[in-house]
Amino acid sequence: MKTTFLDFEQPIADLENKIEELRFVQDDTAVDISVEISHLEKKSQDLTKSIYAKLSPWQISQVARHPQRPYTLDYIRDIFTDFEELHGDRAFADDTAIVGGVARFNGQSVVVIGHQKGRDTKERQYRNFGMPRPEGYRKALRMMKLAEKFNLPVITFIDTPGAYPGIGAEERGQSEAIGRNLYEMAKLRVPVICTIIGEGGSGGALAIAVGDVVQMLQYSTYSVISPEGCASILFKTAERANEAAEALGITANRLKTLGLIDKVITEPLGGAHRNPQQMMLTMKKSIADALKSLHEKSTDELLDARFERLMSYGKFKEETA
Amino acid sequence: MSWLQKLLPPKIKSRTPGAKSAVPEGLWSKCSACGATLYRTDLENNLDVCPKCGFHSPVHARRRLDILLDQEGRFEIGAEVKPFDILKFKDSRKYPDRLVAAQEDTGEDDALVVMQGAIHNVPCVVAVFEFKFIGGSMGSVVGERFVRGVKAAIEHDVPFVCVAASGGARMQEGLNSLMQMAKTSAILTRLSDKKLPFISVLTDPTMGGVSASFAFLGDVVVAEPGALIGFAGPRVIEQTVRETLPEGFQRAEFLLEKGAIDMIVDRREMRRKLAQLMTLLTRQPALN
Repeated sequence: MKTTFLDFEQPIADLENKIEELRFVQDDTAVDISVEISHLEKKSQDLTKSIYAKLSPWQISQVARHPQRPYTLDYIRDIFTDFEELHGDRAFADDTAIVGGVARFNGQSVVVIGHQKGRDTKERQYRNFGMPRPEGYRKALRMMKLAEKFNLPVITFIDTPGAYPGIGAEERGQSEAIGRNLYEMAKLRVPVICTIIGEGGSGGALAIAVGDVVQMLQYSTYSVISPEGCASILFKTAERANEAAEALGITANRLKTLGLIDKVITEPLGGAHRNPQQMMLTMKKSIADALKSLHEKSTDELLDARFERLMSYGKFKEETA
Repeated sequence: MSWLQKLLPPKIKSRTPGAKSAVPEGLWSKCSACGATLYRTDLENNLDVCPKCGFHSPVHARRRLDILLDQEGRFEIGAEVKPFDILKFKDSRKYPDRLVAAQEDTGEDDALVVMQGAIHNVPCVVAVFEFKFIGGSMGSVVGERFVRGVKAAIEHDVPFVCVAASGGARMQEGLNSLMQMAKTSAILTRLSDKKLPFISVLTDPTMGGVSASFAFLGDVVVAEPGALIGFAGPRVIEQTVRETLPEGFQRAEFLLEKGAIDMIVDRREMRRKLAQLMTLLTRQPALN
């Protein structure tokens, strides 16, 4: 598949096109230009390195939303085995913006849940652009309860612009569904490992992101509001999203510094989509490490630590009058 | 530009400035719903509910507490918790400047006031949002005061009541604000472990991150008449679905019909109703 390049990657795109052309020429000429090609490839690599070394938060948001970025089902396919997808909230519908089920991870039974986006127009629509309705969150909760019952760790992948703002979603209790998950996840009696793989869009992301290990991919984002949403409220124009992205502090490294997440998972050069195989290996190792770190804890220790972490969120001054 | 941006109209429509009815200072007051001219004192004696049409005007947090709690033995919890600028956040104004302006405007230093006391002699802890403080938005201080309030309720073995009025999470504190949703929801698991009731009162408006965290976790969820309650704001929804919203959408009466809340309670009945619910749930004798 041809790589889709983002606006700020244009110089890399130009080089890659040139390499492509040369390869084409190479095929039907006797002259060996492979040296030239490998020289350009090196140049493209260096260029990518230098561009990615200083991405702005807004540019990182673009990478997080890259149309070729690996999605939940890609991770499930490549690093889990025997995945049995489970459907429906048993009350209203099956929300296709959240997928999940039982599977094996390195042979161990687990429950895996994640937001799911689509690749092409049709699939995007089918997945509602990864924006769940209440039944999605209720399906997720049902699977977490299943995990609790059978003592299986829960692994979640977060990748959503946010919970869907629609009439039906409101009528069926979008708020209640999200709030209920926050409450139940705080006391779920099994290990919960949450990884933000793309967009961590507000309450719609948090509703499956309360856990014992919270980690983020290097070029993913996690935010209280989208940069566009923030800009349109505070600057009265979505055009200033880059400034909002800067102000909100939404990148993995910033959030690690602020102590809000546990770990930043390094992505391949140029983002996860440039080398999905490598990304899968890193992800697998990271989840394995997280599971191992939680394995030694008793359920009570696990829950106490989770609770203490939840209570530690927020920064304030304390003044005695 | 993302696909979503392309889909959406370029600007969120700003509210027309003329639509707001000016409330004259002094003796007279005009009901913003029915337009009736009322004596200010009459309105106040009626707990800011219009005697003509029953419209519930917004009330400040401290006045709400004054209305709800018995005069005797009330004291504040969590006032020592104060806000500061975590992210050095700056939009058109710096966050510390916004905080100072809101503090001068409301006399509060953040958007939640918590008090322990009693309602009709039923001891409890009550937390009330101050909507006039940056839209009642929930940041670190709101979350922490909420938690301290619930902890006090647990310590004194009394029910916890929260009166919400909020636009949602506070953007200026970034992800820390989002995490207050998880924090406030988590502390309620402890209240529940002690079998102590949480009564959630939703007033106009209860939206976003407040709505989508503890607001609907009440053992009983009560709303004031006409209150706007929902996850996404009506304008955001309208822009997303490109349809006109149904009549009364996201209002308390609509939520009752959809099964989202237990009851709608008139502000003038609230004290008695809350006390009644608390005694019933904790197997206390009936009120006098």
